[in-house]
Amino acid sequence: MTDGLWPALLGRFTWNALAFVRAWENPTVNEIIGAGAAMMVVLGAAVVIAIITVTGKWGYLWREWLTSLDHKKIGIMYVVLAFVMLARALAEAVLMRMQQAAAVNAPGFVEPDHFAQLFSTHGSIMIFFMAMPFLTGIINYVTPLQIGARDVAFPLLNSISLWLTGGAAGLMMVSLVIGRFSTGGWSGYPPYTELGFSPDVGPDYWIWAVTLGSIASTLSGLNFAVTLYKMRCPGMTLMRMPLFCWTTLCTSILMIFAMPPLTVATALLALDRYLGFHFFTNDLGGNMMNYANLFWLFGHPEVYILILPAFGVYSEVVSTFSSKELYGYTSLVLATMAIAVLSFTVWVHHFFTMGQSANLNAVFGIATMTIGVPTGVKIYDWIWTMFRGEVRFTVPMLYSLAFMMTFVLGGFTGILLAFPPLDYLVHNTLFLVAHFHNMLIPGLLYGMLAATHYWFPKAFGFRLNEKWGRISFGCWVVGFYLAFMPLYVLGAGGATRRSQAFFEPAFRPWLYVAGVGALILLTALVSLFMQLWVSIRERDDNRVFAGDPWDGRGLEWSTSAPPPEYNYAVIPAVDGRDPFYDGKRDGDVYAAPTTYEDIAVPRNSMVGPATGILGAVLAFGLVWHIWWLALLCLGGIIATVIARSFVRDVERIVPAADVARIEDRWRRMIAAARPISRHHEMTSANQGLAEVTA
Amino acid sequence: MSAGEVKHAGLNLGATDEDAHEQAEPDVFGFWIFLMSDAVIFALLFAIYGTMLGATVGGPTAASAYKIGPTFAETLILLTSSFTFGMASIAMKHGATPRVLLGWLAATLILGVAFLGLELHDFATMTGDGAVPMRSGFLSSFFALVPLHGLHVLAGCLWLVVMMVQVPIFGLDARVKINLLRLGLFWHFLDIVWIAIFSVVYLQGLIR
Repeated sequence: MTDGLWPALLGRFTWNALAFVRAWENPTVNEIIGAGAAMMVVLGAAVVIAIITVTGKWGYLWREWLTSLDHKKIGIMYVVLAFVMLARALAEAVLMRMQQAAAVNAPGFVEPDHFAQLFSTHGSIMIFFMAMPFLTGIINYVTPLQIGARDVAFPLLNSISLWLTGGAAGLMMVSLVIGRFSTGGWSGYPPYTELGFSPDVGPDYWIWAVTLGSIASTLSGLNFAVTLYKMRCPGMTLMRMPLFCWTTLCTSILMIFAMPPLTVATALLALDRYLGFHFFTNDLGGNMMNYANLFWLFGHPEVYILILPAFGVYSEVVSTFSSKELYGYTSLVLATMAIAVLSFTVWVHHFFTMGQSANLNAVFGIATMTIGVPTGVKIYDWIWTMFRGEVRFTVPMLYSLAFMMTFVLGGFTGILLAFPPLDYLVHNTLFLVAHFHNMLIPGLLYGMLAATHYWFPKAFGFRLNEKWGRISFGCWVVGFYLAFMPLYVLGAGGATRRSQAFFEPAFRPWLYVAGVGALILLTALVSLFMQLWVSIRERDDNRVFAGDPWDGRGLEWSTSAPPPEYNYAVIPAVDGRDPFYDGKRDGDVYAAPTTYEDIAVPRNSMVGPATGILGAVLAFGLVWHIWWLALLCLGGIIATVIARSFVRDVERIVPAADVARIEDRWRRMIAAARPISRHHEMTSANQGLAEVTA
Repeated sequence: MSAGEVKHAGLNLGATDEDAHEQAEPDVFGFWIFLMSDAVIFALLFAIYGTMLGATVGGPTAASAYKIGPTFAETLILLTSSFTFGMASIAMKHGATPRVLLGWLAATLILGVAFLGLELHDFATMTGDGAVPMRSGFLSSFFALVPLHGLHVLAGCLWLVVMMVQVPIFGLDARVKINLLRLGLFWHFLDIVWIAIFSVVYLQGLIR
């Protein structure tokens, strides 16, 4: 091989980039852990491919799922992606806790560089490839149903967003096997992530994975905002939308305006690294504080992008399982909007220690505390919704209650951190780590888990197992408290975040407790998979085809479970806030319409998969400096988009006769089902038809 | 909906086109949102440029690197291209023959390409004078902001070519009309961004 050909073909790839080769050449525990993780990625992919091939499901998968533009299927695929990434990032968290527990005055088993990769991937994945896909998936599934629409405004764009996110997540997985990941944390601060300090491929993996994810989220936000503004059914005024739609709308607006700063930050960092620009370098006029500002101009609204959808979920869940109208609907809407606006005014609190004037810090500190007010309003509204309601402690309701307690606690520590002088003391310590996990685990994860338990019967037609749901819930809550409360103590005691080892023996017991907590959190995830397994096995006993297992309030419960691909045979018209709940009490909501019409649904398209795969390979080419590959993929993406603009046959007609057949089958089932009271909704008696009481 | 009512921002597509109107509502609104998101990107790059004005590190400054003549010519060309695109939109609305419409689109395309040619020539001159982005933070921020606008114009030109192929193939069907409407918004948006670049970057830089 000549020197010229090899780099031209494969860029800076060498055999040593493979985790397996590194472990072979240098078989330390550290390298073997790396190779083991790489092996799990390779084996996992191989097993999945083998299962699909052996069962002959490729055609089915391609036609029914991968190329589908149905918002419901896209939503489910997003959630599946989120769970896969959750499993990886949680495993990394456990590894880090074990390392820290082992490394008090000892080296532990993970080397510093590897540890840095662990916390970088853990953070990046949890935010961009677990939380974002999770909430995007739930929003995708639920909002069009809730506003009485047949799909989102731009179904193809939706598929492109999914595939770009999936491609970016794939890139994260590839980084385990080929090369290494960034050691610069999930926020990727320069100048450390500049060429001068991190010349390897790690930061490039981070840059391109995050950039793809960021573009996908911008497009999702655009899609949901237009859907909510323009696709609502007759009578569904803005102030009649379910609260989940309101939080979706605010999250979408935040995505539209807050993702671009992230794209700019990563793009400028890429210019620095690839073309020798000087935005954030130490020399020639670079200024890394510009990066900090750009990143947190995204980063703080991002917190609310993550939390607002969960607020929406809790509003739906608490109202449904208390059999009461949501208390203070208007105040909840206003609070949501207020949070969305305020979220753009607090970003400096992420770097109070930058060295700006005390007055500036005071302004941002006060703005930060102000956000506590609308959030407090929400908590009280939920409590008042439960007051004198017929409260049932189902799994989603348990998550909602755990959220209210835990989130308030995290909010208090947030107020503490909003004082700049106090922030100086605990900046960059585990106190901060405890705080944001205390916000995001109840404020995102519990919410999304509540959402999956709540809407799962709608999406798949059977209820999830209650017992395993409760076990999992218990583990998520106990695990959280054990894993993160000690970090407050450690942080206040001066333990810095992102440390591979500690030298203070007094930290040891707290690190042990946190380690146990991490293991319990892992158990929680395992129980969730167990629950899914048991629920699928027992699905015939728990079917709720009639579609209304919880005496639901919004339109999404007025179709069968799972809903037909066109959602509604006849577009509903509403005249109030809880149209289905009130409709059940006022008259016959299940009455068949006199006639059915042909319904147009979007035809499948391979543009989504093509864009996502080309995007991921383009990113891979850029990471490894394989320029021909990058150029080829860029051209491919442009050609795909242009070719698509020439396609005119983009809709498929579901004939009226088919609609009638599908709807009649459902109505026959309803006629045969026995309505159940609220006391029996967690039993097999629940066939998805609610007994109507006054 | 009644035909005269415009439910979307942008040009009324004519009294007979109710379907196109219905469809244009989310499509055009969505494109406005995209433009606003894109505007955030430009706004941030302007802000970065503002903070980096002083970061010349002994290298070329705004006054020494910019040339008013060619940038003024670029401004005139781009403004004229907005006018020709406006004429294309009017031709589309009032049912002019495809030849007239294509003529105006072609004029816009020629002006767009001319703009790009001049801009590239500018960049070449700057590079020749040692004003390269690797020289200083100030020049980095210039070469992120202004060429990004150029890339947008390039994308607009490509889009123009695609539309000029689609008009003869599909005639003025609803999707062609909506896409021309969106391309028009895009083109005028780039004009507005350029005006900001001309005043904030070039004029301000040369006044000092």
